[in-house]
Amino acid sequence: MTRTTIGIALLGTALTATGAFAQDVTLTIESWRNDDLSLWQEKIIPAFEAEHPGIKLRFTPSAPAEYNAALNSKLDAGSAGDLITCRPFDASLALYEAGHLADLSDIEAMSNFSDVAKSAWQTDDGSAAFCVPMASVIHGFIYNKDAFAELGLEVPTTEAEFFAVLDTIKEDGNYIPMAMGTNDQWEAATMGYNNIGPTYWKGEEGRLALISGEQKLTDEQWVAPYATLARWRDYLGDGFEAQTYPDSQNIFTLGRAAIYPAGSWEIPGFNEQADFEMGAFKPPVMEAGDTCYISDHTDIGIGMNAASNHPEAARTFLAWVASPEFATIFGNALPGFFPLSDTPVELEDPLAQQFASWRADCESTIRSTYQILSRGTPNLENETWGAAAAAIKGTSTPEELGASLQEGLASWYAPQQ
Amino acid sequence: MSRPRIRWHIPIFLAPAVAVYSAVMVFPLFNTLRLALFSKIEQQQVFVGLQNFQTLFLDPNWSEQFWNALANNFWFFLIHMLVQNPIGIALAAILSHPRLRFAALYRSAIFIPTILSFVIVGFAWKLILSPIWGIAPSMLDAVGLKFLYAPWLGKEEYALTTLALISVWQFIGIPMMLTYAALITIPEEIVEAGEIDGITGISAFWKIKLPLILPTIGIISILTFVGNFNAFDLIYVAQGALAGPDFSTDILGTFMYRTFFGFQLQLGDPHMGSAIAGAMFAIILLGVSIYLFAIQTRMRRYQL
Repeated sequence: MTRTTIGIALLGTALTATGAFAQDVTLTIESWRNDDLSLWQEKIIPAFEAEHPGIKLRFTPSAPAEYNAALNSKLDAGSAGDLITCRPFDASLALYEAGHLADLSDIEAMSNFSDVAKSAWQTDDGSAAFCVPMASVIHGFIYNKDAFAELGLEVPTTEAEFFAVLDTIKEDGNYIPMAMGTNDQWEAATMGYNNIGPTYWKGEEGRLALISGEQKLTDEQWVAPYATLARWRDYLGDGFEAQTYPDSQNIFTLGRAAIYPAGSWEIPGFNEQADFEMGAFKPPVMEAGDTCYISDHTDIGIGMNAASNHPEAARTFLAWVASPEFATIFGNALPGFFPLSDTPVELEDPLAQQFASWRADCESTIRSTYQILSRGTPNLENETWGAAAAAIKGTSTPEELGASLQEGLASWYAPQQ
Repeated sequence: MSRPRIRWHIPIFLAPAVAVYSAVMVFPLFNTLRLALFSKIEQQQVFVGLQNFQTLFLDPNWSEQFWNALANNFWFFLIHMLVQNPIGIALAAILSHPRLRFAALYRSAIFIPTILSFVIVGFAWKLILSPIWGIAPSMLDAVGLKFLYAPWLGKEEYALTTLALISVWQFIGIPMMLTYAALITIPEEIVEAGEIDGITGISAFWKIKLPLILPTIGIISILTFVGNFNAFDLIYVAQGALAGPDFSTDILGTFMYRTFFGFQLQLGDPHMGSAIAGAMFAIILLGVSIYLFAIQTRMRRYQL
């Protein structure tokens, strides 16, 4: 283990050992979005540098799975970049409390954001904000329009229609009905449970009731999504137990599957890979005419390393990130990451427009496990990954899963005791 | 009588190695053990004695994961002992046969996986076994055995065994090479003397060569034990830090990593992580001590 620590520490120094040019200030940005490297280099950084001569930016992303661990080590070692891309809620709150992130409440442009948008990067009492909200992601299903046309299928709106569509695709046999695997576990929780779940627990109403302790994870509305996920099993591809996340993406973009339980972050990658037309539909409701609920999850923010040598330049950059100009560049360069600023952004990508349009028809919520509930041990989010995967595989019943999650949560979370 | 001279050259020549070893091994080890005795309470590092260990062993949230990881680790070790080492020794016995042709070629071919990176091995095997793109299902299909195929890495009951066998495939060269080196040091005269007494062929291996290489087999076992209980890379590469499915491939290394550095929404806890690292250290120390004091001292050595 000592070797791993040293390894990561060395890696940290190697990544941030930068040679600053002349009198220009160079700001280094830490991020887990290595997929966005070219976007930053080609669009965002030139746009900012053109307006702010004297400040140079370097975008240095690391792999998503390693980001939190690597960032924490770098911050502790004092070798982290000036600007820190923030995970929502507790991961960033812990960094703020440890003194690694600076308080940004005094940046004027923060008023461009709604309270919901800011809630992911605030102290519990809302007194300090430590990251500028950048984007949210919306869950739903992306489908292969050509496959639907070929089979004469309509986009489903209710759960019964949804399973009828899956049955038709399965009977036809040309397409795998749904592209998802349980090997990496998180898709089952994120694109499964938290995608269809808000319809059952009525979005924010259920989520806040769970935080206040009025509802329990053993209640019908929290267990029923697992029962629905268990029905997905028959529509997944052969050997889905060992199918990884990239496998699922490839199966769908190669046109071998008809439906992909998605997050909107897939849009840029899918646009590039798939050569068929894609559409999106929102999580199905129980009965036609029911209120729909979508997971519109605050996912990315950006904050400032409190130990930065160039706090002024960093603040200038953060104020620019909070501006409508950045929102327009970001929202259009990365369709599927929806800017959180109050000024509406004109989106050009049709698929992204479709996702964004649900905000007008449906109630928005965020993922149920993210705020407060994943602070203790056992960690509710990580447990939910395993539970959702087990539900799909059928290794546990929904009731057993609800009971064990509730037991874990109640073991440390006072309002649930 | 003159006072014994201090032989300065000894400490001077030892100094560089001792300094480097202390800095990168001894100090971090003790610092980790020290870290395990503290806890972070409201941003302050507080001395809590053995409380972290108490949590680890007595709090059901932690102990369940710990015992699961330890049991998995023993299974991982057992597979190596039952599959890797006997096959490695058998390969060495075959390779040391004087009339075998292309021995050097086989030796290198079998040893090559050992020098590959875990990342390559994990990724390659994941692809081979993949239900979607893998060649394993189509190869089984070609010989009419498709029904034997299962998505092994995704099933709780097979995943750990599969990974252990992948690791065996990768490291089988080590016991083979060590045994091979021991076998070729056995003088021809001893074997010939045996032949005169009527011990030939396979019984020469069992009755003459095997007793002579027992100390080497002991060393191989202890290396396997230490290596397996420190294992982490392959599981992390193939299954991620959550060691899925449902923690069925979780071993002490991945459990320690997840706790120490955090994972997704789970925040890193260096103190609990160090406590796990301390427990791993104790387990390995215990295993090595048992070997050194109980087994090695009783092992008979033969003057060759």
